Parts: sequence; C-alpha cells; structure tokens
Amino acid sequence: MLEAILLTIITASTPLVIAAAGELVTERAGVLNLGVEGMMIMGAVCAFGAAHVTGYPVVGLVAGILGGALFSLLFGFLTLTLVANQVATGLALTLLGLGLSGQIGESFVGIPGVKLQPIVFPLLSDIPFVGPLLFRQDLTFYLSIALIIGVHWFLFKSRTGLKIRAIGDSHGSAHALGINVIRTRYLAVMFGGACAGLAGAQLSLVYTPQWVENMSAGRGWIALALVVFASWRPARVLAGGYIFGAVGILQLHAQAFGIGVPSQFLSMLPYAVTIVVLIIISHNRRTTLINTPACLGKPFVPDR
Amino acid sequence: MKKLIIALAATAATLGGFSGGAQAADKTKVCFVYVGTRTDGGWTQAQDLGRQQVDKTFGDKVETPYLESVPEGPDAERAIERMARSGCALIFTTSFGFMDATVKVAEKFPKVKFEHATGFKSGPNLATYNSRFYEGRYILGQIAAKMSKKGVAGYIASFPIPEVVMGINAFELGAKSVNPNFKLKVVWANTWFDPGKEADAAKALIDQGVDILTQHTDTTAPMQVAAERGIYAFGQASDMIAAGPKTQLTAIVDTWGNYYVKRTKALLDGTWKSEQIWDGLKDGILTMAPYTNMPDDVKAMAEETEAKIKSGELHPFTGPINKQDGTPWLKKGEKADDGTLLGMNFYVEGVDDKLPK
Repeated sequence: MLEAILLTIITASTPLVIAAAGELVTERAGVLNLGVEGMMIMGAVCAFGAAHVTGYPVVGLVAGILGGALFSLLFGFLTLTLVANQVATGLALTLLGLGLSGQIGESFVGIPGVKLQPIVFPLLSDIPFVGPLLFRQDLTFYLSIALIIGVHWFLFKSRTGLKIRAIGDSHGSAHALGINVIRTRYLAVMFGGACAGLAGAQLSLVYTPQWVENMSAGRGWIALALVVFASWRPARVLAGGYIFGAVGILQLHAQAFGIGVPSQFLSMLPYAVTIVVLIIISHNRRTTLINTPACLGKPFVPDR
Repeated sequence: MKKLIIALAATAATLGGFSGGAQAADKTKVCFVYVGTRTDGGWTQAQDLGRQQVDKTFGDKVETPYLESVPEGPDAERAIERMARSGCALIFTTSFGFMDATVKVAEKFPKVKFEHATGFKSGPNLATYNSRFYEGRYILGQIAAKMSKKGVAGYIASFPIPEVVMGINAFELGAKSVNPNFKLKVVWANTWFDPGKEADAAKALIDQGVDILTQHTDTTAPMQVAAERGIYAFGQASDMIAAGPKTQLTAIVDTWGNYYVKRTKALLDGTWKSEQIWDGLKDGILTMAPYTNMPDDVKAMAEETEAKIKSGELHPFTGPINKQDGTPWLKKGEKADDGTLLGMNFYVEGVDDKLPK
C-alpha cells in the first residue's frame, strides 16, 4: 500500500520538479517567463504526436523537449530582442500555447497513447520496497533528479552559472564586464522552455498517456509558484514539488479511506502545506534576499 | 508576406468566427454556443455530434453555425447576442453557466428562439432541456454489483452539486438492488477536467481496494488506469471503449442529436413551444454503450433494467429508500419527484462518504 502511494506521488511530482528546475534557471538569469503552462502543453502535444507517429516514446520525449524550447524562443525574441513586457508576453505565450496545442492535437483526441516504459535495473530493482521505487522508474524520473543536481552544480559551482547569476542580479554590471547578456538570457529562456517541454512530455507519455486539450491543467502555474516559494534554490524546488505531490495524493487517499473531512478542505491542503513549509524553510530574510535575482523581469537594452 | 497575412486573417476568422460555411437566404439557421472545444473528448464533443446529426438530417434546409470555447460570464452574453444578430432562428446554449446570459439575450430578441441546457430559468422564447443521466447510472450500479468480487466500487466525483449527488445515489441504489451490502467509496476530484488528477484519484481508489470504477469527470484517464490495473470501469459522456477495450463494461453516452433533431423539426413545422424538458433513456437523449466484457446473464439483467426504465415500469428512485443516516426518505412504492431530485443534497444509505457541503 505504502509502495503504491509513493509510486503515485513520484509520478505526480516529477513534472512539477522538471518544469520548476527549468524556470529556476530562466529566472536566475533575470527573465520572468510566465509562459510555463503554454510551453508545457506544447511539449505535451509534440511528445504525443511524435510518439504516436513513430511508435517510439523516446522520440516523443525528444520532440517534447524541442517543442518547448522552440516555443520559448518566441518569448525570447519578443522580450529580449524586441524588449516587450515580460509579464504580458509570458501570459500571451500561455494563451497561445493552449490554443495552438489544441489545433495541432485535434486529430490526436481519443487515440490510445504510447506509454514510456520504466527502465528496470537488473538485481537492484529486486530489492524489496526500494527497488520498485528507485530502480524501476521511467526516464523522466531519473532526468528530474539529474536536473536538480545538475542545475545546483551548474549555478553555484560552474563559471557559466556564476555569469548567469551575475546577469540576473545586475545586468548592467554584467554587460560592463563584457558578458553577452542577451545571448546568455536567450539560452536560459530556451533551457526553461526545454524543461517545460519535457515536463509536458511526461504528462502525455507517462502520467496519462493520451492527448486531451488543456491536459496540463494548471501544473505550469504550480511550477512557477514553486520557484518563488523555494526562493530560487534547486533543492527546495525538489522538496516543494514532492510536498505538493504528496499532499495532493494523500488527500485523495484520505477521502477514499473515509476520514470524514470535507473534500474542499482536503483539496486546498497541497497548496497551503507547500506554501507554509517553504516559507518556514526560507524564513531567513537575508539569505532569501540574496537568492532573489535583483533584475528579475526588468528589460535590458545594451547601450553600446 | 501578403499571402501570410491573408492566411492569418483566414485562420483568425475560422478560429473566432462562425464556421458554418456560406450563408444562403432560404436556409434556417440553428446555432450552437459551446463552453469547450469540439474535440474535448467529453461534454462538448457529445454536443457537437448532436449538431452534426441536425446537419445530416435536414441537409440543405438547415445550417448550423457554432461558437467554440465561449467562457461562462460576461463574454457569453456578447457571444450569444452575436449569434442572435446574425440571423439564427434557434440557438442552443449548451452549458449551465450560460443561464443568465441566455435569459438576458432572449429578452432582447423576442423573435429568436432559445434553448438552454441543464438550467432552470425559462421564458416565452426560452426553453430548457436536460437529460436524466441518473437512469443510466442506476444500470451501472446494478452491473457493478454483479461484476465486483469485493462488493466495493469507487466513484470519482467532480463537484458536490445536485446533479452529481443524484448520480452517486442512483448508482448506489442500483447496486443495492442486486447486493444489499454493496459499498461505494467516493473521491471528489474538485475538477471536471484534469487527466492527471483523475488518474491519481483512480489509483487511490484502486489502492484502497475497490475493483470497479465509475466517474463523473470528463477525461478517459480513469479508464486508462483501470485498464492498466486490470479492473473494470464505466465510461462517461462518450463511449470510452478505445481507452479500455477489455475494461469498459458500458458507458452512459450523451446523445443530444435526437433531441436537437426533434426541436429543429418543431421549429420548421412551426410547432416549437417553450418547454422545460427533462428527457431520459426512452427519448434517446442518452444511450447505453454496448454491454461488453461481462457474462451473458449480467448483460441480460442490464438490458432488462434498461427496457423497464424506458417503459416507465421502473423509476430508480422508488421507495423504500433511507437516507445515509438511516432515517426514512421514501415510503414503499413512493417515487421521488423531479424537484427533489434536481435539488438533491443528501446521500442514500450505503454510500461510504461524507457529503461536502
């Protein structure tokens, strides 16, 4: 029973963690992309389509990543090259993504999907309890964990990560130091798009292997909120994603078990618990301020 | 570049405008306003199949423009008014949330006829129509009680409104008519449409020991989970057999087409009247998908019940029925009246859940 619950929690949390990890890098570079939901749904439809046409879910996964990244390029062009307002453009990207994916996916509705099968590690997967949880998962789960570790290492241990954080904190100074702000931001935006696309691919290939319009159902917005409440720290994003996933699944079990607590209250719990826990983790105002990208959402025009 | 602009303009026109094709003066316009898209796989798709049936039945005599994805709220009024101005003779507004907007536009355009789905406000030129989904759910309950080995079914519910509560009760009553000890576990997803959450709810119910699933939410995700876990399930709104060829026992299929054809015919004959219509299985406004994956005796029972409901011999809400806490609700032989059903806010005995208020 516990094993079954944990497996469900992992599936529910993975897309949030992946999308939030990508958005974290984008925001650390000082760009606020509110279009996560739109990029996610574009990833989902591209992934489903490619997997359906070729029959290989892995091809779908790649298509999802590419779909999300290409779609984010539109946001990059509008906000970085044309210096449009980031908030408005991000919202527009979400609306466009929802509509466009519906058009692309019109012929996919009602078709049974292709499921991305788990990778079974020999021997390790036979360990009771731990085996099925950690060594019999699909690729997206391993990618989500690798992403969190990778993003943490990249941002805080690598030279390029330092540059990205410098741009996010003060794009003027970074520019004066000779860092190409616009190009780096383009790459950060595309990384965020690729991750959102991968998260979408997880939805249409693993979570519920099918295509229905609007199937991301607000998960992009949850990922966005996670980044802020995790005060732009990768490990906290992971924690937040899993708390949200866990409480969401446990409240369904509580209902099925019949504990007699109103379901509206239980439905609210994931949001409330995640926010409270992350606020407690990030209670130190000073470190939170240090971690907040100071130039988040501000436009930048290189003056020479 | 010029070509691109023309293409974009054309796309915008199809996306935002009427998609009914060229207008002809001698054609009667029967129009539809949808809350979702035609390919949502559930509610609106079923509505659009109804529209297509009108198209096919009347051929050249009628055209059927429609508007998709009209949000409930102030925008709805604008959209419905636009339909009324464009020369529609009859307008179907197909979501509960269009109620007040439809009432307002109907008052402004007394010569145009309106029909609003699932609402309760009407007028001289505004009819309402609804479907007795509970009749189908009673049959599902009977099949569940026969097919379940553990005697427990799981019910994925959306929001605690009378329509949904009525469905849960009808299912439980059907099940209890076969197995008096049958239990029903209910999980409220608090959404009509979220494949992920619906799948999670299905998994939670199965992990808690139910071996039959039924749903009052819109996507095929629960059916898919049931197929994966090797248990049986029922489809909702559309025939979901493609998502679970060995899983679906039957489905309640919304077949609005028969109703739309009937009303369009009345319009053309000049016999259209404003009515409050609540049709059921016998009128063909809902249909049972083929009874599959079950032994012949269960199928025979389901068909017999369906026939009895159609003939009026059986009303699912016939006493003796107790409320959840054991207090009597209906005496032996007493039938629930429509008003009570449409405002239903309590469970019947046997439902293993606390009703959210």
